[in-house]
Formats: sequence, C-alpha cells, structure tokens
Amino acid sequence: MFVPSITNPVGDFVREMVPRLAEYLPASIQSDTLNSIVAFLVNALICVIAVCAVNIGSAPILIYMERKVCAHVQCRLGPMRLGWHGTIQTIADVLKMLFKEVYAPSGADKLMFYLAPLIVLIAPFIVCALIPFGRDLVVADVSMGIPLIIAVNGFGVLGILLGGWSSNNKYSLLGALRSGAQMISYEISFTMILLFVVMISGSTNLMSITLGQEGTISDWWIFKIPVLGIIAFILFFISSTAEMNRAPFDIAEAEQELTGGYHTEYNGTPFAMFYLAEYIALVTNSALATTCFLGGFLPPCIGVAFVDNYLNMVPGVVWFFAKVFFMIWCYMMVRWTFVRPRVDQLMDFEWKFLLPVNLVLLIAGAAYIVVCG
Amino acid sequence: MIQPRFSNLPPGFRIQRETNTEEFFINMGPQHPSTHGALRLALRMDGETIVELVPHFGYIHRGMEKQAESMSYLQYIALSDRQDYLTAIQNNLGVVIALEKGMNVGVPEKGEYIRVMLQELGRIASHLVFYGCFGGDLGGQTCLLFGFKEREMIHDILEEVTGSRLTTNFFRPGGSRYDVPDTFIPRVKAFLDHLEDAMRDYERFLSKNIIVLERSIGIGVLSKEDAIAYGCSGPVLRASGVEFDVRRANPYSIYDQFDFDIPVFHNGDCYDRYKIRIAEIHESMKILRQCIDKFPKDGPWRSKEKPVRLPVGRYYSEIETAKGLYATYVVAATTGEKPYRIHTRGPSFPHIAALNKMVQGHKVSDLVTIMATLDPVIPEIDR
Repeated sequence: MFVPSITNPVGDFVREMVPRLAEYLPASIQSDTLNSIVAFLVNALICVIAVCAVNIGSAPILIYMERKVCAHVQCRLGPMRLGWHGTIQTIADVLKMLFKEVYAPSGADKLMFYLAPLIVLIAPFIVCALIPFGRDLVVADVSMGIPLIIAVNGFGVLGILLGGWSSNNKYSLLGALRSGAQMISYEISFTMILLFVVMISGSTNLMSITLGQEGTISDWWIFKIPVLGIIAFILFFISSTAEMNRAPFDIAEAEQELTGGYHTEYNGTPFAMFYLAEYIALVTNSALATTCFLGGFLPPCIGVAFVDNYLNMVPGVVWFFAKVFFMIWCYMMVRWTFVRPRVDQLMDFEWKFLLPVNLVLLIAGAAYIVVCG
Repeated sequence: MIQPRFSNLPPGFRIQRETNTEEFFINMGPQHPSTHGALRLALRMDGETIVELVPHFGYIHRGMEKQAESMSYLQYIALSDRQDYLTAIQNNLGVVIALEKGMNVGVPEKGEYIRVMLQELGRIASHLVFYGCFGGDLGGQTCLLFGFKEREMIHDILEEVTGSRLTTNFFRPGGSRYDVPDTFIPRVKAFLDHLEDAMRDYERFLSKNIIVLERSIGIGVLSKEDAIAYGCSGPVLRASGVEFDVRRANPYSIYDQFDFDIPVFHNGDCYDRYKIRIAEIHESMKILRQCIDKFPKDGPWRSKEKPVRLPVGRYYSEIETAKGLYATYVVAATTGEKPYRIHTRGPSFPHIAALNKMVQGHKVSDLVTIMATLDPVIPEIDR
C-alpha cells in the first residue's frame, strides 16, 4: 500500500540541534517531551517565517518589477522619483495602503467580506511551502506534492467568489461569477498538464521531479520529450495565466468593463491582501513551472567538464530564482502585450481547444513512454 | 406588485420582479472607466447579455448654446474648443466658416493652407486617441499609451503654432490668430515620417491580433439604413457603407484642391469602424504631404480686415471633424457682435442614440468595444 510521507530537512536539523542545546540547561528541567515540543515550535516558527519572508518579501519586488516592465513596454520610465530609479516607491505605496481606513459598503456581509482576502491568501502560501527552492531548502517535502498543490489551488476561487458576493455590488458579483467559471474550468487543463509531468517523471514528489531533470538543458522535462514537452509547457503557461486571473485572461477584474470586478469595493489592507495573493500566485506558478519544466534549482549543465565547476559554484537557490524571475518576466510581457478575450470566448477556448489538446497530449505522452521509454 | 426601485427610469425599463426574475438592472456610469466621461448607461441585463440600454445625458451640461447668446462671436470660438476637446481645432473652423459667410471676408491662400494642415493634424490626433481607447477598452493598456505617444507630438506642434495644446482657439474670420513659425513645415514633415513607421507598428500590434479580430468582427453591426436613419456621420457612417464626407460632398476651405480618397467599409461592425479610422489617418497624411509640397512660402496669412460684427441673417456651415459632421447654425437678429442664437449639431449625439440598436444581444464586454468604436466625447454630447 502506498503511504504518503512528509520529510522536512529543516525539521530534521532542528530536531537534532534542540537536544544538543538542551544539554546546557540545568538537568532538573531537561526532558525528552520538552525537547520535542520546543523542536516542534522552533521548526514551525522557522517554516512560517521562511514562507512569509519569501512570499511577502517578493511582492514589493514584483510590483516594482511589474511597473518597470509595463513602463518600458509602453515607452515610459515608470517610477523614478523615490529612491534610486523609484525603488522605494512600492514600499511607500504599501505603507499608504496600510494606513487607509478599512470599511465595508452598506449591505455587505461583513464577516464574509473580511474573510475573503484571508482565504485568497491561503492557497499560494501552502503551495509555496511545498516547492523545493534548493537541495535542502524545502519546508515540507511531501510525497504527494502535485495532488496537494492541485487540491489547495482550488481555494483561491472560494475567496474570490465570497469577496464578490459579499460586497453587495453587481459589478463585484459579475466579476466573481466570471472568475469562478474561469478558474474552475482552467483548473482542469492545469491539472492535466501537471498529470503529464507526473507521467513522464514517474513521481508526484516535487523534489524527485526536480532531481529527475539532472543533466544538461536537454534533460529538462520541457526538452526531454521532443515537441510534447514544449507543447505542454506552452499549455501550462496559458492555463496558469488564466488560473491566476492575470491579463490577458483577467476577465474577473476587467477594469474597463467591471471597474475592478470582485475587488471593486475593497480598499486598504483587505485590498492589499488581494493584491498580495495575486503576486504570490505569480511566484508560486512560476516556481511550479520552473520545478516541473525548467530543472528547478539545478544548473543548466551538469556533467560537461568545461563549465561544470563554474556553474556549480552558484548555489541552487540562485538558479531557481533566476528561472522563476525569467518566467515572471514572460508573464508580465504577455500581460502588457495582449488584449482581453470576451468571457464566452475564454470558456470556448478552454473547453473546445485546451482540454482536447491536453487529452491528446496525455495520450501522446503515454505512447511515447511505452515506445521509447 | 413591488414598487420599481428605479422610478425615474422610462416605462418598460422597470424591473418587473414577478414576471422576470432572470433580468436585472445595472447602472453603468456616470463614473465608469469606459464610458469616456460622465455618461450614464442604464442596462437591463440577462446574465451578462444586454437586453436593453438607455443612455442618460446631461451630467456635464454647461448650457453652451445659451452662454453663446451673451457672448460675442469671437468669444464663442473659444467656447467651441470645449465641446469636443479632441477635435478642438476643427470645431474652431466650423464656427469660423459660418461667421465668414456673413462677414463677407475672404481668406488668403496661405491662411487656407494653414487651416487645412491644422485640420488634418487634429484629425490624426483624434484618431490616435481612438486607437488608444479602442485598445485600452479591449484590455490592452499598452495601446492606450502608444496612441497617446504620437498624439503628444501633434500637440507639441499645435502648441508651437497656436500657443496651447488642447483648446486651441486659433482660427478667426479671415484667417487665424498668428502666422505659423518657420519651423512648422519641417516639424510636420518630420512628424509624418515618424508616424509612417509608428503606424506600421501599431497596425501590426492590433489589426491582425486574433483576440482583437474575435472581439470586433460582427460585433455591434449598424446597417446602412439604420446608420442613415439615426443620423450617424463620419467614420461610423462610412464604416456602414455610405460614402459621405463633407470634405468631398460639400467642400469647404480648399479641400477640393487635394487628391485623397474617402475610405468606405461595408460591414458596419466594430472592426470596420476601427479599420476606417486607420485608413483615414493614412489619407490625412496624404493631404498633409500635398500641403507641404504646395505650401506658399510668403504672402499674407490673413485678410487685411478683422471683422467682428455679423449682419442680420442666418448662417450655416458644416465641416467634417474626426468624429463626423459638425454643423453650426448662427442666427443674427441685429447687426452686431452678439448672436441671437447659435446652435451646434455635434456628431457624437446621434451615435450614442444608435447605441441601443447596436448592443442588444451582446455582452457587457461588447458594449465597451462598441462604445470605443463610436468614439464619443461626452462634453460634445452635453454641450
């Protein structure tokens, strides 16, 4: 029988260190129970701080990056005044947002209204904890990584639906309904592509998926299976864009049509949370693409004598974030280039094009494994 | 029977809760990002599909025609800037031509060339704003900035010539306020060369984009008959297959001396209304190039006399602005500096009236596209 397992390198380290440090304490209060409780708490604290640091720390950087990418696409300079090339601008904006009065519109369901931004934040945080940032840099190395990611990703739509419904605004409601339909539909093709990755890598564990790509660039899953890998990567790119509600698939927000969609009525901190969730989702989706297709934290060439030493000098986490930021840059370029499809066209695209293509891809992948693998 | 919630709405527009629970009411505007100003659209919706639309005007009504009665004719020229601020320089000409008919004053050749060149620059500027808003309303914020980038260059030229960027207040009976500076012709020439390249990029950006095609072809079709019946004019009318352009049908200034085409498209949908404006930018560039070649180096740029008084009578002028037919009707009851009445026929008002016909059965997203291709300017509707 298959038993799901969780390994936690940080936790192992803490469990080892706590008893050693405890030896310095007076003998009267030493006990194994206390040690294990302390180890558990320290471990939890480290993990929570790590995830929060990665998530919340990356959001201002990404917002700055988005504004700069957007500006340069549009022949502008973007923020330039505050700090060197406007680097402190985002922090100033965040501070302004945090100091604003928080209020709900009249007739809103207050509990749901304030709960929704929190629910939206859950999914990207959990996904972030599962992703291996380096050989030992993973909060929870879960054997059922991919199924867990698929399961938690569904949480986002709940928050958006609640937020739109509880605002007591018709535009919000329309945005929420659009978003619900969109995210649930695109989740299917999103899942299918992850399934394709699981099929070719033979594992649902994100660490083994990464380590399976060890070698040169041609060993990454995007190139390892000719043509199919690239198709899968492009399909992943499309469906994850829709999954994140990012332009050109941002019909849930659709500023020109719905004046902001599901977060029309939000301001101050709750709005900042929606914003934060959007950008964390960007990081986690890029990280997922990196892990599943682009070799994760592995350097692009392993085993080639000439460059091996130089490439290995760079730590894995740097490779990882370099690839993640490349992916994020791609998402941003797409966002500022394309116009938005209509809501029914978006649905048609998923059900009549992406899904059939995904099914064919799965079958082709299976055939490839049977014939060549 | 439940009391209708929006009792100020016209009958047939009220929410009949018992009979039709599927339909609901949405208020789009007066503060909404894509109504292009303070316009309120009351929508009756079935899900995301629009069943009926009623436009409500008047949110920035300033009583311009009433104001004109206590103003001198020359002051009213400044007021005409504030009607359709995107085609301000063209509105100036519309008023001035009506006045010239009564004041019996001719314009020297150089003055006419200045008029035509500024007209066409204004037309390009307005169509570039359309390009930006069309892309922006479809969700591509980048297009918005692209359109405005080249428009800024036109405004730089206008600033040098007229002294202001948007509300130009430039033309006068018998010519214009100032002569153009020596740098005018080289600047326009350089701008045209730049625009030629820029338009190639912009068309590549939007014209063949599959999402744009999907969202605009067959959307908001206005038939030839409806377009005439509603009194549409300008690009909206020509996109529906009617070849009518005041510059050709009833030439004013020296438009009869230039060689240019009137682009006509026949489907009357959003894509045709987009394409026709792109084609018109190219036609305007053609006219501008001819102007540059034939521009008189010296000679007077305005008439000797500077009339301010209009004799008793009724005077009418119509010109083709970027939006369509802009007509001015002046009634002078006494010979003097002030009119008895001035009426303006703006192009955007009939277009908004035709909106209900065009949006029925389409989605909210399509309404935004259709609004963008009608290219209305609300201050001109309300006046």
